[in-house]
Amino acid sequence: MSDHSTHNHGHDGHGHGHGHGDHGHHGHDAGNHGSLKDYTIGFILSVILTAIPFWLVMAKVLPPNTTGIVLLAFAGVQVIVHMIYFLHMNSKVEHGWSMMSTIFTVIVLVIMMAGSIWVMYHMNANMMPGMMDADTVHGAHDMP
Amino acid sequence: MSEFTATNTAGNVVGDSSRYYVTEHHPENGTLLGFWMYLMSDCLIFACLFATYAVLGRNYAGGPSGAELFELPTVALNTAFLLLSSITYGFAMLAAHRGAKSTAILWLGITGIFGLCFLGLEIQEFVHLIHEGAGPQRSGFLTSFFALVGTHGLHVTFGVVWLVTLMFQVGKHGLTTENIRRLTCLSMFWHFLDVVWIGVFTFVYLMGTLP
Repeated sequence: MSDHSTHNHGHDGHGHGHGHGDHGHHGHDAGNHGSLKDYTIGFILSVILTAIPFWLVMAKVLPPNTTGIVLLAFAGVQVIVHMIYFLHMNSKVEHGWSMMSTIFTVIVLVIMMAGSIWVMYHMNANMMPGMMDADTVHGAHDMP
Repeated sequence: MSEFTATNTAGNVVGDSSRYYVTEHHPENGTLLGFWMYLMSDCLIFACLFATYAVLGRNYAGGPSGAELFELPTVALNTAFLLLSSITYGFAMLAAHRGAKSTAILWLGITGIFGLCFLGLEIQEFVHLIHEGAGPQRSGFLTSFFALVGTHGLHVTFGVVWLVTLMFQVGKHGLTTENIRRLTCLSMFWHFLDVVWIGVFTFVYLMGTLP
């Protein structure tokens, strides 16, 4: 914290007429805006990671179930690539708070997605034809 | 408390006015972290829409299915537009950090054009679907499809509005600290939308086409 406040004072010294402050400014927030190399690597990787899934589906290379799993894997990898190369994510940005909030969001997200899919599919399974048939059969027996 | 007084004393008194202006600005990282928090909450909105699609995505109500409706070449083109706009925004940020004002504006303009191409194709797709009678009211699948893809499209629309605003801001005031900060926020927003689009094209279009 004390580190921060000294930082502030430093800022104030020259950040007072904003026009000329910006050039000397780059030094201390450096590290979280990438380089040309980062963007290029990220771009090439995402092109590859996008092209393969499209090819898999359009050329019907694999059986549907396998394709689904492979697609999700590619999407997962591509999200990570974007996080690292485009959003410049690492464990040091904002003293780790960006990473923390992201991990928190991912956990909430996984619970929510997995939970709703799980619950709703179970409800479907329990309400759908099999059960209905059993009911109507019973109903038919009970009905005079 | 001590923090508060510290910022007060650090603030400058501007001019001879009787008012006491606190010109102290917050550490730059504060805004970026806050914006990141906003993106994470936006992420939860998309997660809800994805979950809805996951649940309703195969409820066709006797209507058309994804395999019948989606045109993958169009989606691939759309994906390419968004991916290209992501890297051109990256170039704009690099130029901005170098202090190259007109280059930055040029790259921002190119990014905006890619964004508009994306939106144009998406709107065309929506209009086409609605004319075919596959509007959002047709089935649970189409409702969740329009909700998810439409929300993403709205985000891109506002991203483009923000981008044009910043082009004028940078043009008028130059690459000041504030403008760099704004550009950085939009950069996160724009790349974030690209990340969401990865989910959309994989989960909705590609997996929706699978039998």
